[in-house]
Amino acid sequence: MFEDVAIGDELPEIVKKPDTRQLVMYAGASQDFVAIHYDQNVAQEAGHPKVIIHGALKSAWLGQLVTTWMGVNGRLLELDVSYRAIDFPGETLTCIGKVIDTRIEDGVGLVELEIGLNNSEGASSTPGRALVSLPTRAAN
Amino acid sequence: MTTSPSSGDTVISEKLRSFIGLESIAVMYEIERHAVQRFACAIGDTNPLYTDREFAQATSYGGVIAPPTFLRSLLPGDYPKLYPEPFAHILDGGSKYRYNEPVRVGDRITVVRKISDLFEKHGRMGTMLFKISEINYTNQESRLVAVQTTTTITYGMGEKDSGVGDH
Repeated sequence: MFEDVAIGDELPEIVKKPDTRQLVMYAGASQDFVAIHYDQNVAQEAGHPKVIIHGALKSAWLGQLVTTWMGVNGRLLELDVSYRAIDFPGETLTCIGKVIDTRIEDGVGLVELEIGLNNSEGASSTPGRALVSLPTRAAN
Repeated sequence: MTTSPSSGDTVISEKLRSFIGLESIAVMYEIERHAVQRFACAIGDTNPLYTDREFAQATSYGGVIAPPTFLRSLLPGDYPKLYPEPFAHILDGGSKYRYNEPVRVGDRITVVRKISDLFEKHGRMGTMLFKISEINYTNQESRLVAVQTTTTITYGMGEKDSGVGDH
């Protein structure tokens, strides 16, 4: 419920440890066959030390972070993700989020979240934000 | 067709600039439940909303929906003319999604993309071309269900990577 959420609340973390197999699965499922995600030579030619994780897969995890937290009665309205740094298979990546604003607009309970993905060193590689609506007690 | 850009030059030719606002050829996708299941499995999201019909029917969604970024798998079509990509390598800069409603299994979603801006920056990879694209997803009832705004970065000379120009 919207009333149960407060600014500063932290979302339960989601930890991902992707391997190259998951990158191949994601390439197939998303139809993204850019070769830097599965071909070592192409990745190096493009200036990377090895194959890199699809940015969009990181977005998918951040989407999972938010939708898991909001539950089936929440609605995801906005999801913004920036790929500031590259991440690699084999790393441990942690999806984090916290509530930065709550407000009611036109009777709808809105919650704004700051979200992001931290790499193995704890550095943020993928900052983002999300806006969700949650049911209010007043409307029930 | 590519010329090495030196300082003072721009890679954004008149021809490239003519793509701003041009719509891609519309492509329609029927949202099939196994495609949704495969996507949820690939990202490692076990939410039953994406796979379990009985569970999903009992929720406020009333049926199986797709994960929010499933839209990525609904690739836009080509532009009516060949996009003259000047660079060989590609990086995804990010996405902004705006959702009006979820995508449901059984929907027929029409995808249209257009470039809203092109600009260049100079960084450690040399000159980089930034392309901002807006992708509209419209359902079988002509409702705009979502918009994804993407930032695509291309850079570097040489043989083009497979997939460059598709994004």
